[in-house]
Amino acid sequence: MPSLKELRGRISGVKSTRKITSAMKMVAASKLRRAQNQAEAARPYAETMQRMMSELATASQGMDPSTLPPLLAGTGKDDVHLLVILTSDRGLAGGFNANIIRTARQQIEELKAKGRTVRLLPVGRKGAEIFRRYYPDMIVDSLHNNSGTQQTAYALAQDLAKRVGDLVEAGEIDACSLLRNRFVNAMTQLPQSLALVPLPVAENDNTVHERADGAVYEFEPDEGQLLAQLLPRNLLVQFYAAILESAAGEQGARMTAMDNASRNASKAIERLSLRYNRTRQANITNELIEIISGAEAV
Amino acid sequence: MPLRTEIVSPERRYTDREVDMVVVPGGEGDIAAMPGRSPLMLQLRGGVVTLYKDDQVLERCFVTGGFVDMTADHCTILADSVRALEDLSIDDARQTLDQLKDQWTRVGPDEIELRASLSRQIQAARAEIEVAQKVQQNDLKAI
Repeated sequence: MPSLKELRGRISGVKSTRKITSAMKMVAASKLRRAQNQAEAARPYAETMQRMMSELATASQGMDPSTLPPLLAGTGKDDVHLLVILTSDRGLAGGFNANIIRTARQQIEELKAKGRTVRLLPVGRKGAEIFRRYYPDMIVDSLHNNSGTQQTAYALAQDLAKRVGDLVEAGEIDACSLLRNRFVNAMTQLPQSLALVPLPVAENDNTVHERADGAVYEFEPDEGQLLAQLLPRNLLVQFYAAILESAAGEQGARMTAMDNASRNASKAIERLSLRYNRTRQANITNELIEIISGAEAV
Repeated sequence: MPLRTEIVSPERRYTDREVDMVVVPGGEGDIAAMPGRSPLMLQLRGGVVTLYKDDQVLERCFVTGGFVDMTADHCTILADSVRALEDLSIDDARQTLDQLKDQWTRVGPDEIELRASLSRQIQAARAEIEVAQKVQQNDLKAI
């Protein structure tokens, strides 16, 4: 049985932990609102662009892939697969990083089982640490996340888009997917994978099938010039939206995790206080018994 | 058959409605999208997008560039930025134009991409001034 002094020490320890977790919760909650607004504002543009791109991919399906830019149709091979994985720089966000890392590892194993070479580009310190430990030879490079404030998010997206674009152009990778937590609400983040290169073909999209069959896209200015502008732009937009979504998800996950932690701390304090009072009462009773039995003996 | 038209900018979804015709400022001239046209992907220059329904102008807005995807039943405009005509300001646009011209003088001749992007921005700023002036004179027919 711990002594009264020990219990007092433990109670004050848990109390100061609760102070920290509830402060972190407040900070995450106020950051969440901004991050959520930014993520939601960027979503329609990214989604519309994605739809437009998959239409383009569907329309160019029948064409000879070697005449199309590699960012659209891939390099013609399917050997080297790059996974860009968005995690956070900082921990204490519940299952936020663990979930996305688990999804990533599943995907890595699946790709390996199919005989593909996997390359990784983790973004965020948490992911980089894990992947460096498990798959040190697959890592191309790792980048910091800086928790997605708007300016740094844009600079990071530009950097990512340029790197991926260059790797594809150089023929070093044949396909690229992006793994990120999609922000649903403060409680829920969905780890999802998004294929970026080659562009995914639209599935069961009625709007696409309604179009006259065999109609080929016309481009203005010419195809090469337009796609050279549009495809890198698409990469940039998708990365940018994903970084903002992930940043909002991180704050949401942290808020929920810290809320749980504060609640658990309160419960622990209650339990410890009960135990402290019981122990104190037992001590008093003991002393009384000793005094009474002493008096009786005299 | 109506034509579903969306105008989206990185900041927001500006409009999403069904119309009969959309006229967009293409990089090589204005182009109208009508239901049933063959698919076209187009780069935009700075200018006014006009939506028509029953031969009436439904809505006008100013875009500073971007891309358009036209198919038989919809027209998706991904604009770099989009504003209502009333929100245009001649003074702001002039200021932007001066800054851009200043940048232009400092760009080397071999920075092709930067030059191309600057020249597009300068065109957009000029177009904005022109449109804003017409809005001020209430001369909307000329747009």
